[in-house]
Amino acid sequence: MSLLAVRDLAVARGGLRVVEGVSFSLDPGRALVLRGPNGIGKTTLLRTLAGLQPAVAGTVEAAPEAIAYAGHSDGLKPALTVTENLRFWAEIFGGHDIAAVLEAMNLRELAARPAHALSAGQKRRLGLARLMVTGRPVWLLDEPTVSLDRDSVALCAAMLRAHLGRGGAAVIATHIDLGMPEAETLDLGLHRATQARRESRPAGFNEAFG
Amino acid sequence: MSIWEYANPVKFMRISGAILPWVVAGAAICTVAGLVWGFLTPQDYKQGSTVKIIFLHVPAALMAINIWLMMLVTSLIWLVRRHHVSALAAKAAAPVGAVMTLIALITGAIWGQPMWGTWWEWDPRLTSFLILFLFYLGYMALWGAVENPDSAADLTGVLCLVGSVFALLSRYAVNFWNQGLHQGASLSLAPGERMAAVYRYPLYLTMLGFFLLFLALLLIRTRTEIRRRRLAALLARENLA
Amino acid sequence: MKALLIRDLRLATRAGGGFGLALAFFLIVCTLVPFGVGPEGGTLSRIAPGILWVGALLSCLLSLDRIFALDFEDGSLDLLATAPLPLEGAVAIKAFAHWLVTGLPLALSAPVFGLLLHLPGPAYPWLVASLVLGTPALSMLGAFGAAVTVGLRRGGLLLSLLVLPLYVPTLIFGAEAVRRGAAGADPVVPLVFLAAITLATLALAPFAAAAALRVNLR
Repeated sequence: MSLLAVRDLAVARGGLRVVEGVSFSLDPGRALVLRGPNGIGKTTLLRTLAGLQPAVAGTVEAAPEAIAYAGHSDGLKPALTVTENLRFWAEIFGGHDIAAVLEAMNLRELAARPAHALSAGQKRRLGLARLMVTGRPVWLLDEPTVSLDRDSVALCAAMLRAHLGRGGAAVIATHIDLGMPEAETLDLGLHRATQARRESRPAGFNEAFG
Repeated sequence: MSIWEYANPVKFMRISGAILPWVVAGAAICTVAGLVWGFLTPQDYKQGSTVKIIFLHVPAALMAINIWLMMLVTSLIWLVRRHHVSALAAKAAAPVGAVMTLIALITGAIWGQPMWGTWWEWDPRLTSFLILFLFYLGYMALWGAVENPDSAADLTGVLCLVGSVFALLSRYAVNFWNQGLHQGASLSLAPGERMAAVYRYPLYLTMLGFFLLFLALLLIRTRTEIRRRRLAALLARENLA
Repeated sequence: MKALLIRDLRLATRAGGGFGLALAFFLIVCTLVPFGVGPEGGTLSRIAPGILWVGALLSCLLSLDRIFALDFEDGSLDLLATAPLPLEGAVAIKAFAHWLVTGLPLALSAPVFGLLLHLPGPAYPWLVASLVLGTPALSMLGAFGAAVTVGLRRGGLLLSLLVLPLYVPTLIFGAEAVRRGAAGADPVVPLVFLAAITLATLALAPFAAAAALRVNLR
């Protein structure tokens, strides 16, 4: 049974569809890497999968509350400590054990430090740790390796692998090689939307008046 | 054919272009004729010549409220049925409504000076119009501030709904706060309170004139908005390509 | 829900959270007014109910944009919108947290500011009662305004323009209750209206605010 099934999806940014005809399905233990030039719509596609914006066409099927989204910003409060930040998200998403996550992400010795005192890479790690405490199987990661050094990238890939090993799945938008040869790749450049006239409902003002 | 077909931008442009000259002509004739006729009416035994300001004040006040109602309806159509022209019509109507409210406020002040002896009285009706004017300002400011037209249409639509509830609430709250000096409704249906026919008929004509004037301005402004959106869409496509 | 409330309270009371700014602003307003209208006690006690209510309203306005702006910038709002908690609930909780750190302290400390402005004795209980009943509506309507303007540059000024007209009914009934209290009349009628407006706002505004937030997150 697949965790996430996408059929003929089209997404729009600024009232114009950017990507269309995207279909894939993710089984437990599988990862999908989204590739494509800047501005093709990787972030837009991920936000649509997360349910933050409506799809223009096509369907996204997933079990309810199966998807966890991690965008460019980590959702961390500088004034709160690492533990407080993590515990908050754990409680919002239904109370998971944060001690194991701190251990797995190598954050134990930073646990009492306020988030504003973390380096960029440490913040990113905390942001990824937040994904783990949601307890959701499908992770949507938008450029998870930004501002990470090589060791942290390796740690991130190891964490992803562990998640896949537990029967999870992930969709990752990234420019660099994560070192995960087992992941499938979807080149969004092949799904660039054509600006032909359509009979269907327009995606926004720019399409309605184009 | 369904009425919603007129919400298609192409069809709207064609039909509005065809009827626009007639509406403009009707607006000009009715407004000018009504105002001239109104100016030639005899002086009121109590209010003297100041009564004649009624031919500007009442139609403007009437349109100020009705334009907000029209914006409420078009916003609802946009939020429910997603017809883009409807959202643009609401946007186009707002400045006209704001100016109508301003005319009602200014003529009210000018009328109030000889009648009540002061330029501004915190009378419930005038105060409600001042509050309505603030709602128009907020609505227009929000359209101006949001760059993405899709977000702007949705946000202003929600604001229009919430604003309508609170404008109505303020109207009655203001009554509670101050009983007021304002005369009763000018067009009351109760006999006896009705104004004389000599004033009533030119008033009807100016009301029709102001309505047609609003319709003409609305059509012109909506057509401009549609053209502006078309231009923006072309630029957006070019940037994407 | 509890976790969100505790986090917002903790953020507000920690360094840089701005807790107490609203009270300080209220104090400044009540200090400046006598400089403007003169020190004569009779004049002050006559305008005190209005000044106290307008002052409380402006103090409340001061911190409204913080309800969502910070969470929007750091991505927390994206995560909250995908959390199991309904967004309407999150909005209501955040407005409640805003009330706990601004409206409630304002209401409880208002008698002290009433002394500064020579508020007549019988009005004090009604001042506190009207503020306790009215300020929740100010926070909730403010949350709606903050949700509408959350992604905008220079959103703060627009926020005031959108929210202040919505405050008119609350201000009218709140100040009227205090004025009647000061005059020794029965303030129950305006208080009932005030409570009705607050309850209706608390029931309906979260839906409008959540709808606006969803639009801004798209």
